[in-house]
Amino acid sequence: MSSGSGFGDEKGGSSSVGEPEYGHDPASGGIFSSDYKRHDDLKEMLDSNKDSLKLEAMKRIVAMIARGKNASDLFPAVVKNVACKNIEVKKLVYVYLVRYAEEQQDLALLSISTFQRGLKDPNQLIRASALRVLSSIRVTIIVPIMMLAIKEAASDMSPYVRKTAAHAIPKLYSLDPEQKDQLIEVIEKLLADKTTLVAGSVVMAFEEVCPERIDLIHKNYRKLCNLLIDVEEWGQVVIINMLTRYARTQFLNPNVNESLLEESGEKAFYGSDDEEGKEEKAEAAALAKRKPYVMDPDHRLLLRNTKPLLQSRNAAVVMAVAQLYFHLAPKAEVGVIAKALVRLMRSHSEVQYVVLQNVATMTIKRRGMFEPYLKSFYIRSTDPTQIKILKLEVLTNLANETNISTILREFQTYIKSMDKDFVAATIQAIGRCATNIGEVRDTCLNGLVQLLSNRDELVVAESVVVIKKLLQMQPEQHSDIIKHMAKLTDNIQVPMARASILWLIGEYCEHVPKIAPDVLRKMAKTFTNEEDIVKLQIINLAAKLYLTNSKQTKLLTQYVLNLAKYDQNYDIRDRARFIRQLIVPTDKSGALSKYAKKLFLALKPAPVLESPFKDRDHFQLGSLSHLLNAKAGGYQELPDWPETAPDPSVRNVEVPEWTKCSSREKRKEKKVEKPFYSDSEEESGPTESADSESDSASGSGSGSESEESGSGSESEESREESESEQEDKEDEEDKRKKKKKTDRGKVKAPAVESPESEESSGAEEKNRAQKVKGRRSGSESESEEEEESESESSRSESESESESESDTDAKKKKKAPVTKPPPKQAKKESKKEKKEMSLLDLDDFEPTPSPQVTPVNNFLSSSLVTDLEGLSLTDTVMAPTTIAPSGSVKTYELLHRITGEGLGVEYCFSRQPFSPDAHMVAVQIMFTNNTNAETKNLHVEDPKLQSGMRIKEFPEIELLPPGEMVTVVMGIDFCDSTQAANFQLCTHIRKFFVSIQPPVGELMMPVFMTENEFKKEQGQLMGMNEISEKLTLGEKCQNEHGIVQRVTSAANVSRVPCGSDKECRFAGKTVSSGILVLVTVATKEERAAQLTVNCEKMVIGTMLVKDILQALTQ
Amino acid sequence: MIHSLFLVNSSGDIFLEKHWKSVVSRSVCDYFFEAQERASEPENVPPVIPTPHHYLISVLRHRIYFVAVIQSEVPPLFVIEFLHRVVDTFQDYFGLCTEAAIKDNVVVVYELLEEMLDNGFPLATESNILKELIKPPTILRTVVNTITGSTNVGEQLPTGQLSVVPWRRTGVKYTNNEAYFDVVEEIDAIIDKSGSTITAEIQGVIDACVKLTGMPDLTLSFMNPRLLDDVSFHPCVRFKRWEAERILSFIPPDGNFRLLSYHVSSQNLVAIPVYVKHNITFREGSSQGRFELTLGPKQTMGKAVESVLVSSQLPRGVLNANLNASQGTYTFDPVTKLLTWDVGKINPQKLPSLKGSMSLQAGASKPDENPTIIIQFKIQQMAISGLKVNRLDMYGEKYKPFKGIKYMTKAGKFQTGMQRPHVSCVKA
Repeated sequence: MSSGSGFGDEKGGSSSVGEPEYGHDPASGGIFSSDYKRHDDLKEMLDSNKDSLKLEAMKRIVAMIARGKNASDLFPAVVKNVACKNIEVKKLVYVYLVRYAEEQQDLALLSISTFQRGLKDPNQLIRASALRVLSSIRVTIIVPIMMLAIKEAASDMSPYVRKTAAHAIPKLYSLDPEQKDQLIEVIEKLLADKTTLVAGSVVMAFEEVCPERIDLIHKNYRKLCNLLIDVEEWGQVVIINMLTRYARTQFLNPNVNESLLEESGEKAFYGSDDEEGKEEKAEAAALAKRKPYVMDPDHRLLLRNTKPLLQSRNAAVVMAVAQLYFHLAPKAEVGVIAKALVRLMRSHSEVQYVVLQNVATMTIKRRGMFEPYLKSFYIRSTDPTQIKILKLEVLTNLANETNISTILREFQTYIKSMDKDFVAATIQAIGRCATNIGEVRDTCLNGLVQLLSNRDELVVAESVVVIKKLLQMQPEQHSDIIKHMAKLTDNIQVPMARASILWLIGEYCEHVPKIAPDVLRKMAKTFTNEEDIVKLQIINLAAKLYLTNSKQTKLLTQYVLNLAKYDQNYDIRDRARFIRQLIVPTDKSGALSKYAKKLFLALKPAPVLESPFKDRDHFQLGSLSHLLNAKAGGYQELPDWPETAPDPSVRNVEVPEWTKCSSREKRKEKKVEKPFYSDSEEESGPTESADSESDSASGSGSGSESEESGSGSESEESREESESEQEDKEDEEDKRKKKKKTDRGKVKAPAVESPESEESSGAEEKNRAQKVKGRRSGSESESEEEEESESESSRSESESESESESDTDAKKKKKAPVTKPPPKQAKKESKKEKKEMSLLDLDDFEPTPSPQVTPVNNFLSSSLVTDLEGLSLTDTVMAPTTIAPSGSVKTYELLHRITGEGLGVEYCFSRQPFSPDAHMVAVQIMFTNNTNAETKNLHVEDPKLQSGMRIKEFPEIELLPPGEMVTVVMGIDFCDSTQAANFQLCTHIRKFFVSIQPPVGELMMPVFMTENEFKKEQGQLMGMNEISEKLTLGEKCQNEHGIVQRVTSAANVSRVPCGSDKECRFAGKTVSSGILVLVTVATKEERAAQLTVNCEKMVIGTMLVKDILQALTQ
Repeated sequence: MIHSLFLVNSSGDIFLEKHWKSVVSRSVCDYFFEAQERASEPENVPPVIPTPHHYLISVLRHRIYFVAVIQSEVPPLFVIEFLHRVVDTFQDYFGLCTEAAIKDNVVVVYELLEEMLDNGFPLATESNILKELIKPPTILRTVVNTITGSTNVGEQLPTGQLSVVPWRRTGVKYTNNEAYFDVVEEIDAIIDKSGSTITAEIQGVIDACVKLTGMPDLTLSFMNPRLLDDVSFHPCVRFKRWEAERILSFIPPDGNFRLLSYHVSSQNLVAIPVYVKHNITFREGSSQGRFELTLGPKQTMGKAVESVLVSSQLPRGVLNANLNASQGTYTFDPVTKLLTWDVGKINPQKLPSLKGSMSLQAGASKPDENPTIIIQFKIQQMAISGLKVNRLDMYGEKYKPFKGIKYMTKAGKFQTGMQRPHVSCVKA
């Protein structure tokens, strides 16, 4: 309270005003009771009905918490407000709760139900915040609830909720480490998440919970590398650090060869000559043995994708990339980080401090890297001392023969600084330069000796210490320096310096035989007043002199030893006793005394002056452990490179299993082939069913017919099928009539009146029929394809075959594709050639309303379906693939088989007009049931859309038997934005949050135009509405043909005729608002081309340019 | 990651604490106070202090230490950068980040800290998102709040957190659509007494104030983009586009932000816009010293050098200075021995000078004659590196924005006066 009392008065003004009143109460008087009363006051406010009072109370409570005052007795009063409507009160209650829940576990439980309710809220932000607070409450009893909530949230549709789930994982782990295994499962699941929002958080959870499970990363490695640049900056740091460790375990050292060379180079410089020769030979041999190093492409991927992050504004990100390069990159490439690190030096001094520490370590290993930036490490008088000393360290590390003179000159300036610690460090730095660089040793020594006459005692003292070290290297030549220093003993008072001088004189007393005894004499006089380290050195000096010159110094030595004998310090007393026994010959003297000379005057090795940063790089740079040069808790060792590379294939991302499974694959193939066949198939699908309907269903019309095909009686079904098959044949026979046929289909559709399908147009129904057919072909395709490709005669046979098959059993049909794969492949090849041609054709007639895939509105009553279970099976089987007109419809995953607990859902944009609402984009959704149980009541619930967006749900699918798949169509009005449409996909047991995000190219539909119209429209969309990009065409789309194909696959536009063969033009309009989109690709020489998009909506235009650009340059 | 945060003022009081995990006793700060005592200057407290159970990572800004308590391994820069971001946010919210401002807004501070970290891991650090969550206090709003009892906490949910451009809030509307860019360059230089440049580099930033309706997509191009070879960007800048075309293309955050910062290193030639001639002499045995200092413009491309301020730490032995300034005013603090001279604008015709005598402590030995001189100045309408913006275009919105660009050059860490000895001196 003491520090914050004034502040408390300001904030809780009203309460302090209220205090005197309570003061009247005779019972109160002490500070405690008034405090108690004040809390009473707060309790009252919290219990009131007014939000404003509650808020004021909460604010005061939070202010108390902020000051570190105890407010725990208010817990019951506060926790009641957890469900308060006022957002700010609620938030402040959360703050309080998280702070005190640990102390008041039982009461905290009262709040849990509120959060559990919040977890189910339709709004993702509320769900997230509920999970956040729930997981922050450190109460062991709710661990199971938290676990459940985390698991649930991990498969939430909203990436933001999933991110919160990732954040909650380490919280739960620290509360109850027992949950580790379960949490790892959740982490594994979230690691597979594809959104950037989640990536950083889940890797952080990974690092806190199971950093040793590096195997979890394999499958996600490439994804993480690719996402990295879009992850938020804090997540980037965590991911990069983790990937550094990962790479160290998975890739080979790119510097194996270089590191050998490097070492040899350094040794040659310092080492003796003959050693060098030997080593070189050994290395040459080693080099010869080594295989040429080839970098793993994944290793390269990591280096390439992290490099742009050196440009981040966040110092931590830059540092993370720098350490990654330092630890992982080939030597030649490490240099790129120097510039970025030097840039960081302009940042706050704390940042500088950390960066310099790391640069200091790097300069020892890779000096060359920072040499060009030498001047950036020059010291300014305004730098804080700790920064100055680190810069000095870096400068010293960077010193070499060529730059030493400049560096020394700089050092000379620093010595004049008023910052004494810094001056001392400078002198030491000079000493280190002198030992490292032989050429300047004498220069440095002379310079230091000059400093001995400096006015500042500290400078002198430090110089003495450094000179002592330098002299040890070559004492013979420097007796005059020693003499000079002996004189200093009169003036220098700094103990360390005095001790150093005494040691020097003692050690080299033979070089100064006359002076040494005199120094001892002087010292003996002042002995009692000296510091301990000086006393010890006096005893040392005495002993050494006694041994070399006992005549002159015998008495002095005795005197000194006697003084020492009665010293206060036991260390000195012990030393004196020990030395006396050793050097003064008595009758009892031990065996050691004859070795006394050897003991004291042995040749001592010169000290090595080395950087405190030497070998610090065994810690991961940038880490806390590296900074402290000690292992911090939770530090993960940077592993050594492996000798041989582990299997790189572990990183290959498996194609989700279910796409491998037969039906799926078939479908894809089918799609590829479709352009070729689709002519007949696609058209025939609807028409045929229409025909058959009119035939079979006694003119009930296409609507009822499609319905029937779904739910009609069995007998009808089989008949219909056979009919359709026949039709198929017919179609094949006169392919050219296809257009007419579509027309016919169209004409027929309206003619049909079906009560149920009034709202849905005929086309829609046809769609459905067509789709049904598509599904059928999914499983049955083989037989069909075969039929088609074979000659007509053989065809009838196969047809009958397929028919019988379809009649017999769905399961059997499913197997069919597996049994006959070889012939199919052969055929595929032949089809491929034709495919391209047909694609073009298709583009041309795309705009004409082509047959539709339409959902039959929910007339499949459940009873009917259960009755006709077998039928619905055949239903799925029998529909041919006629999803989209162009061959390359991309399917996207809506719900992964694993996330969906066996229910896999994919979607694609069928590019058909969605007839119930022309402003909607048709999305075709394919459900696959991979479980062994039936999935019932598949339907859409609870769409969450951006404002303006609308959704037209597909009719409920009553039943999806195990192993089967079904396709439906829904319409979404995206409002011409690429914002995702979010909704829940519900089965009878589960709900899944899913979202559909359209590529911009799917937001439009083709428009037919003449060249003139095009030019006119383009003329009106100039300036801001025009975006041009230059590009180089990819190898496969250099001809017009390729371009058209690429563009139309990237966007749903149609080609506009054009006089010039150098230009391809396309036109489309957005589905929702009908805004024109014009695309022009002008080709030039040598694959160069220019892409121009004219569109009033710049966002759409920009995105479209990007997509098309990508399609064309690939 | 970050366990707790303590704010410590210059007199060593903890005036705010916040815990993100379980509570850490404030006694952990004793280790910090120890280090603080040991350090001679406030800025010499080591940023990282190990204690038996925790690690303390601190930054010092506006004379407040922000001390973060860490329990296990974490990149120190991560914490430091985050703490600076916290300070920036406070500054953004309260105008200045002083102890008083924090105490006055303690609830907002607490709410901000709560949103910025989750379990010690940064959650929302983007100013645009935070402002959506918690509205910055303004005088008007404070008044309204007290009357109506409404709050600072945003009623809407922060949709920005979910968007693909998290730095920009949605639904921005302005009546005047404006985009201003300030190109500010600072020269860091060390100049020898003789006037030769020891090292000089330019640190530049482009600060933007963009108030545009909707979702504008801006592109900024330069006349000479090759100057910018060492840059760091705001996350909104499309890096690929820069790599390929040297054009800055971005959807800007709403309000003030730093678009990019760049560094023109010492390897390039940097023009030095001012020179200083000075002569400070002391005679052995005399208690008087002479002081002479003249400033002049140099390589300024005709632009005026303004707001010139000279400061120098005179040697300890100097008791007082009796000087005469040809323009501006000078002060000498006899305690800290700091001489400052507020020169103002340099007139090239009549160069400003400061001359006079100094009195020395009797009996003191002759002080060093080359004190460091630190110079501050500003030059408007010029970027010393020569950087020039070519044009600014806006896409995505239909209105015509008002565009403005301003250049300025300032002295950064600009020091002169120290004498560099010749190599021969060293060898002597």
